[in-house]
Amino acid sequence: MSLALAARIARRELRGGLAGFRVFLACLALGVAAIAGVGMVRAAIEAGLRDQGAVLLGGDAEMGFTARFATDTERKAMAAMSGQLSEIVDFRSMALVGEDTRALTQVKGVDAAYPLTGAVLLDPAMPLAKALAVQDGLPGAVMDRVLVDRLGLTPGDTFTLGVQKFRLAAALLREPDSAAGGFSLGPRTIVLKTALAQSGLLEAGSMFESAYRVLLPKGSDLEALKTTTEAAFRDSGMRWSDSRKAAPGIERFVERMGSFLVLVGLSGLAVGGVGVAAAVRAYLEGKVATIATLKTIGAEGGMIFQVYLLQIAVLSGLGVVLGLILGAGAPMLAAPWIAASLPFPVEFGLYPRPLLEAAFYGLVTAFLFTLWPLARSQKVRAAALYRGAGAAGWPGPWQWAALVGLMIALVGGAMLFSGAVRLTLGTAGGVLGALVLLALAALGLRVLARWTARRGFVRGRSGLRLALAAIGGPREEAMSVILSLGLGLSVLAAVGQIDSNLRSAIARDLPARAPSYFFVDIQQDQIDGFLARLANDAAVSKVESAPMLRGIVTQINGRSAAEASGNHWVVQGDRGLTYSEMPPENAKITAGTWWPEDYSGPAQVSFAAEEAEEMGLKLGDKLTINILGRDIDAAITSFREVDFSTAGMGFVMALNPAALAGAPHSFIATVYTTEAAEAPILRDLASAYPNITAIRVRDAIDRVTEALSAIATATAWAAAASLLTGFVVLIGAAAAGVRARMHEAAVLKVLGATRARILASFALRSALLGAAAGLVAIAAGGLAGWAVMRFVMEAEFTFEPLSALAIVGGGIIATLLAGLAFAWPTLAVQPARVLRADE
Amino acid sequence: MTETILALNNVALTLAGNAGPVEILRAITLNVARGETLGLVGPSGSGKSSLLMLMGGLERATLGSVTALGVDLTAMNEDGLARFRRGNMGVVFQSFHLIPTMTALENVALPMELAGASDAFARAEAELRAMGLAARMAHFPRQLSGGEQQRVALARAAAPRPAILLADEPTGNLDGVNGATIMDLLFGLRDRHGSTLVLVTHAAELAARCDRVVRLADGRIAGEGMV
Repeated sequence: MSLALAARIARRELRGGLAGFRVFLACLALGVAAIAGVGMVRAAIEAGLRDQGAVLLGGDAEMGFTARFATDTERKAMAAMSGQLSEIVDFRSMALVGEDTRALTQVKGVDAAYPLTGAVLLDPAMPLAKALAVQDGLPGAVMDRVLVDRLGLTPGDTFTLGVQKFRLAAALLREPDSAAGGFSLGPRTIVLKTALAQSGLLEAGSMFESAYRVLLPKGSDLEALKTTTEAAFRDSGMRWSDSRKAAPGIERFVERMGSFLVLVGLSGLAVGGVGVAAAVRAYLEGKVATIATLKTIGAEGGMIFQVYLLQIAVLSGLGVVLGLILGAGAPMLAAPWIAASLPFPVEFGLYPRPLLEAAFYGLVTAFLFTLWPLARSQKVRAAALYRGAGAAGWPGPWQWAALVGLMIALVGGAMLFSGAVRLTLGTAGGVLGALVLLALAALGLRVLARWTARRGFVRGRSGLRLALAAIGGPREEAMSVILSLGLGLSVLAAVGQIDSNLRSAIARDLPARAPSYFFVDIQQDQIDGFLARLANDAAVSKVESAPMLRGIVTQINGRSAAEASGNHWVVQGDRGLTYSEMPPENAKITAGTWWPEDYSGPAQVSFAAEEAEEMGLKLGDKLTINILGRDIDAAITSFREVDFSTAGMGFVMALNPAALAGAPHSFIATVYTTEAAEAPILRDLASAYPNITAIRVRDAIDRVTEALSAIATATAWAAAASLLTGFVVLIGAAAAGVRARMHEAAVLKVLGATRARILASFALRSALLGAAAGLVAIAAGGLAGWAVMRFVMEAEFTFEPLSALAIVGGGIIATLLAGLAFAWPTLAVQPARVLRADE
Repeated sequence: MTETILALNNVALTLAGNAGPVEILRAITLNVARGETLGLVGPSGSGKSSLLMLMGGLERATLGSVTALGVDLTAMNEDGLARFRRGNMGVVFQSFHLIPTMTALENVALPMELAGASDAFARAEAELRAMGLAARMAHFPRQLSGGEQQRVALARAAAPRPAILLADEPTGNLDGVNGATIMDLLFGLRDRHGSTLVLVTHAAELAARCDRVVRLADGRIAGEGMV
């Protein structure tokens, strides 16, 4: 009965219209839209990856090997699965044009069956088979447009891979299975695998990946096939992938990035929450007379709470629906642009899960931020009708419980949806901490403004005194502005600090310590000559070289390595490993001992100390490492420190030489030299050893920086949504202050103030609030940036002043714009009209 | 012996102000008999409205006790007071205090809805007809004149047939003609329903229509007498 009556009263109350709820609706809708939008794009990418799995993978299933091709037995087993089998080989190499122009490329050698699914698009348009066919004695090749331009080629020109000359037939516009390969440093070149036979690039010990794709009959049980195949070739180092998860790297990235952006979006929703709370507080302040009247005629506090809770519920529902429409619609509108900018298929549609997720966040946030003002509303006394007192007091015990419950629901929901517990807790802690810091700053600013307004030096400066008095006065403007704008700016400041720190760590600090080149695939008969060339070069400050093999840790003490190590990254794929008679130069053995010289007993392995600790390894543990299809059981006899941060040479595992005797392998080398000497060294070495691949570290860093830029841009967009919400709150606060400003302006005019002086006072007030919000944002954002760099990136943090200055400037400009836009019309009013209306 | 319906015993009201506590009412002892019409008069700031609000449980006495219909109002919490007012008291204000988002009919029906009466709207309709507002039932307060708004407020206070009617300068915001109409209606209600009426007023002619008048000055009873 009481709820039905409350609903009836609430419905009547809502007849007043939504005029007082524009900021409420805008804040909620923007926050929900940002989260829904990110979720919809993520769902569209995931759907694209799922539905186009077979095309992305190049078949229904794929079996891959590192540094070897499949054996006859393995081929037979694959052929038994399906009549349609395609074999490819994938490796890095250098494409050489003429004598001197060379570039890193990711070569794919294919057979006639490629691609089993999807289509290769070429320019000029032609079938792939025709493009790759031998013409005038030269095998054909197609190249990514970027590489074609970089090498200055046109169709018909020739280039060399290793010692094999190729004819460029066309530019590669679309490679259907490109996304499954993950991050690569060089653009793609496709040739026939048979054409590589004489290239010298696929010698024993060369680093390459082979893959065998099959098309399966419809309705094939992929899981069963996976299980039987993995069981049959368990120790061969074979990797199984299938169309259910064709591009796990992209999927993982999209999932993590999506979760991260949703959390940034949640911070935006918290900004909106400040606006929502302010809007509800203002609305309920306007309803004091109604509430008091209701109490006078017999309504209890509980009834009042229900009446306004129901109204807020309806409005929150409306705000959430608006947000969902915006969040679902915007990606649809931007679909062509998004699809064109991503290298994998995206299927836009109406996905319920991200919408439900966004709706959940929106509703919980709305209630979390409105419960307090709602709880205060029921404490309005009937005496307010003639005494004018508003809502005050603290929420009751069950309302406190509800607040805590909502907070737990919000954080718990975010943890559940994002799957990133630590990140969610960190974000929640950061937002809560920033809110507390901002609230304290707002209180501090008010106290400081009140104190300063009474100082002697302010006398005679009426504009400043008025501004200080307004900030220090009883109105809630300072709190609203600093909380909303400050939180939005804090998110942006944190993103700015993290981005600039990461960039400087990668682009500035790393090249100073990193080698100039990585050379891979140096054959055993080439290593001495290779090192001799560098030894005679005065520009070379350091050369490191080591034998290089690839191996997969399949078991630890007889148990599955993934299980035993908690699926640590070291066991998730094949890893580079080396052998050495002596400990590497500068290596610090942290536990155990290195094997003696000429040791030829059971295999021993020295493991990277930090990774060993993460995996729970101890001295004496037995590792089973599959190298080129052969299992090697090695006991861990030492741990050593390996520094991966310098991009220098670092192996997680080093074995004693006898353990790998006879295993075909190549060498890798790092060369430290000046930038000026890089080109001649590369020219000499590449000419002498055409099969060797050189990776220029600066280029690799550029690629990583590019990827980071994209992430930073996406994050900045999400942060911009927070800022936009903050701006809406700011506008709401400014709009709420119009009546008071009008009254102030009228009184000041009566007292002789010119419009310029009044405007200057209003501007000063806005600027002071904006500056305060910006300064606190720098502190909060800097703290968040430091925490992320220190604890997540494990890197050094340097405060970046430029973006900080921009944040303060932005804060001042935003508050000035919002404040003056609403202050300007108040200057035109006739004092008599305003003052009479107030009587 | 006349039954006392409202009893104030040594009541004081002190409010916290920016410059320290302010004594609004001091040592008020006053009884109101069932069916009596009591006028509260005195200069502005003498505490008339505050005394009326204490009687209605809209304000809480700092000292002393307020008893209405034998119930000690000072011992009740806000919700208890609200429940008590539902059936027992009707309050009319100078500023009407109608709920702007509700029609005249809804405003009048509201206290009966809160009391759980199933015939709230029928009774509200009858009361509005009795007030001469049959044609204005679906109108919102902003669509009504001041006099009409006060008649709606009167209907809202009277419709639940309360034992006590409290009116705080009900004609203060009205012109002479409308003020006279309202007073006729108010005293007519008392006559028809036998309610006890406590009235705050500045107008001597209104005070003259009361059974008894209590004069306040500076928060104390400065005098009282039968009219």
